[in-house]
Amino acid sequence: MKARWFTPIVFTVTLLVVALALATVTNNYFYTAAYIVLQFIILATAWNILGGLTGYVNFGSAAFFSLGAYSSVVMFSLFKAPVPLAIPVSAAVAGLVGLGAGYLTLRLRGVFFAIATLAMSEVLYTFVVNWDYVGGARGAYIILQDDPPFGFSNHTQYLFTVMALMTAFAIAVARYVETSRLGRGLAAIRDDEVAAECSGVPTLRLKLISTTVSGALMGMSGSTFPYFMQYVEPTSSFSLSYSVNAIAMPLIGGMHSWAGPLIGAILLGTIQQIVQVTVSSAWNLLIVGVLLVVFVTLAPDGIMGWFDHWRARRRRS
Amino acid sequence: MTASLLAATGVTKHFGGFYALEKVDFEVRAGERVGLIGPNGSGKSTLVNCITGTLSSDEGTILFEGHDLAGLPAHRRIRRGIARSFQLPRPFAAMSVLDNLRIPLLYAAHTHGGKWRSEEQAGDEAMDILRQMGLDAKADEKSGGLTQVDLRKLELARAMAARPKLLISDEAMAGLSSNEIDEIITILLGMKERGIAVVMIEHIMRAVVHFSERVAVLVAGRKIADGKPDEVMRNPEVEKAYLGE
Ligand SMILES: Nc1ncnc2c1ncn2[C@@H]1O[C@H](COP(=O)(O)OP(=O)(O)OP(=O)(O)O)[C@@H](O)[C@H]1O
Ligand SMILES: [Mg+2]
Repeated sequence: MKARWFTPIVFTVTLLVVALALATVTNNYFYTAAYIVLQFIILATAWNILGGLTGYVNFGSAAFFSLGAYSSVVMFSLFKAPVPLAIPVSAAVAGLVGLGAGYLTLRLRGVFFAIATLAMSEVLYTFVVNWDYVGGARGAYIILQDDPPFGFSNHTQYLFTVMALMTAFAIAVARYVETSRLGRGLAAIRDDEVAAECSGVPTLRLKLISTTVSGALMGMSGSTFPYFMQYVEPTSSFSLSYSVNAIAMPLIGGMHSWAGPLIGAILLGTIQQIVQVTVSSAWNLLIVGVLLVVFVTLAPDGIMGWFDHWRARRRRS
Repeated sequence: MTASLLAATGVTKHFGGFYALEKVDFEVRAGERVGLIGPNGSGKSTLVNCITGTLSSDEGTILFEGHDLAGLPAHRRIRRGIARSFQLPRPFAAMSVLDNLRIPLLYAAHTHGGKWRSEEQAGDEAMDILRQMGLDAKADEKSGGLTQVDLRKLELARAMAARPKLLISDEAMAGLSSNEIDEIITILLGMKERGIAVVMIEHIMRAVVHFSERVAVLVAGRKIADGKPDEVMRNPEVEKAYLGE
């Protein structure tokens, strides 16, 4: 597929699926579940830009998600910011924090970097818990009094549509990063940072681009969360579930291309939604853990990697 | 006399209290072939690291084409034309051999118009270099699975792909068979035609004497000799410190 066709195709497919859903499905639970799966697709896609393409494991995805969510809370409290305005501002805030955090932590490698991101997440959590303007530990309400814009019949459907478009955007960005000159530089960093630098790759600059883009997309995925739930509190927005899923989904789907996080998030996200209604959400992290173990042993390169091997074998025989 | 391409003066590098390099002067002229020898741990790789920017030296100045390299990160130095191979090969292991060469072609070497290459252009040029190195049959293989000799060749090929003016080869022949050594020497001798100066770091004397127009000797972080290969080899201090171990 030609690179320049990818983005239009992704957006067209997304719009068609959304239109089909809006025309046929009336059960609001569907939109709630789909919204959450889409949110995970963005988180996983964003995580993979830094984790899969660049080779830096971020354990603090929940913090970037929360940065997006709480930026929206602040904007809503200040001037009742509408969703289309909250999204870019939230993304910018999370992107800037990604840039700053990257600057402070990227000198660390491997597990030390991962621990630093976890620590950053804790610091931000403590900050939010103690910040009264956004409700502190009690949380904050966003009460949407107006009807949803653009003729949507309710807010859930409206935010589902917005989330679907953001997902298409995130995938287009991830695919662009992966296939561009930038992506080759990131892959070189992932394989050997010293050799990359000695081959002309400005490693620090590229890593900062990676943390910024990854952080911004995570913030974007969190920006609509307060509007969707109409309530946010730090324990749920900083939930370990976001950080763990953002890692597990690309691991299970495959980390070397944009399709991996997408497939992993659809699979894991859907399973968790089903378990949540049929059994209990308490099982979710356990299921993620079990699936991780299964995949790490049986398909260490994820579903996409397994698929590539299978294709290569068929070509040979 | 041709102007000097690389002029390092008084380069000092210490790790804690241990001086790996002490006031080393090292010069390379355009297109010149220089051998750099010395016992294990004498500071050869450390000198390479200081020149290419992988390490920053504590004292001394390093001029390349008359410009001071102080404070320039490694990626800026290779863009100016200083390429190196690593003593222990460091391939981009998850990439194909061809893609390994794409990295410097896309990131280190501007085209003549001062622009960056396109993917296709980089691919074509990478293939050309692989052909010269006799690696073209392995272009699509994952570089992580290559044999020792092919890894050494890949190191040199990737350095070449940066279109350097100076290539520093850090023990590209260690552990290779005699035939394989000849292959690498032929490749390095071929650089002269392209106007590339080569610094060859090697323990194999036969290779160094055959290859070099000039030889410098490091012992315990100090340069003890620098001159024509046969003169340097006859130098009693060199015999004592290096050959007589
Ligand atoms: N990063 C480092 N930290 C501490 N000591 C170092 C470091 N790098 C090199 N050294 C020490 O500096 C000295 C010079 O090392 P260097 O690798 O430059 O030697 P060399 O001449 O390349 O040796 P060889 O022929 O074995 O490759 C050695 O004693 C080595 O242990
Ligand atoms: Mg060495």
